[in-house]
Amino acid sequence: MTNNPEHVFEDRTPGVEEREPTASYLSYTVGLALAIVATIASFVVAQTDLLWPPGIPVGLIVLALAQIGVHLVFFLHLGSGSDSTNNILALAFGVLIVFLVIAGSVWIVANLNSNMMPMPMQ
Amino acid sequence: MTTATTLDKTPIGGRTERARGRGGGGPAPKRIVVAYGFWIFILSDMVMFSALFAAYAVLSGNTAGGPTADRLFNLRNVFIETMCLLLSSYTCGIGVLAAERRQPARSLIFAALTFVLGAAFLFIEATEFARMVEIGAGPSRSGFLSAFFTLVGMHGIHVASGLLALVYLVAQVIAKGLGAAVLRRLLCWSLFWHALDIVWVGVFTLVYLMGDYH
Repeated sequence: MTNNPEHVFEDRTPGVEEREPTASYLSYTVGLALAIVATIASFVVAQTDLLWPPGIPVGLIVLALAQIGVHLVFFLHLGSGSDSTNNILALAFGVLIVFLVIAGSVWIVANLNSNMMPMPMQ
Repeated sequence: MTTATTLDKTPIGGRTERARGRGGGGPAPKRIVVAYGFWIFILSDMVMFSALFAAYAVLSGNTAGGPTADRLFNLRNVFIETMCLLLSSYTCGIGVLAAERRQPARSLIFAALTFVLGAAFLFIEATEFARMVEIGAGPSRSGFLSAFFTLVGMHGIHVASGLLALVYLVAQVIAKGLGAAVLRRLLCWSLFWHALDIVWVGVFTLVYLMGDYH
């Protein structure tokens, strides 16, 4: 293996070599179970009157955020350990940008829509 | 390598209270450094998707007299698609765990399962798109449908390129074995695949379920 060109590439990768499994089978199985529960709940809530109808969009958003949290913790293994600190800081910045882009666009365009002159053809 | 052992009293790979990779605890493992770089790429991809989500949220009401969301979407198919992608995320994670434990046969079986589930997702999505174009609800029909095809299609393109990358990685596992570098590529690929599932959670909630509710 030492004559493998792969070896030359490896030496340039920063960090130390370590052979520690990243996660357990249990973590994935628990994550899958929780994600399936959240998915089924979303589809049930959207198609029945289980929730008070005007509250359905809020319920769907809450279930989606919960499922995203499950994916981040159980599949992407973001945790409270020191190895995750940098990833969580980067994630926080990403969430900020995503929030600004989506909420900002919806806000601005809703404002533009309400200030539009009525269209003659409608 | 020697600095790591002199600075850090705990053995490499053992649990340490101090944060590694930021001075005090010694250098971070390659796996952590590489996954962090890939995580930054995934987050930039998420920012790109956020622009498409914003476009959809803004345009979803502009149907221009054409078909609306609740008349177009078949939630049963969407549920099957969702389950395919979720299960493929699971099998992908299990496959990478098997690869880390140096079990090539097992990891290849799970890679094949992941590929089949991902391909099933793409197949259902493509049939759905073809049906919509057939009944005159193509991307040029209204602003709502342009935004729909852009957002869902972009996710589909990501899934398709993920499947291509999976074939490439399986070829590497077969040709080179489960070396450290191949393992890190598999790890990055699994991060990408899980991230696509997160985007899909946003898609089925905002586009399909809320569209049906309106």
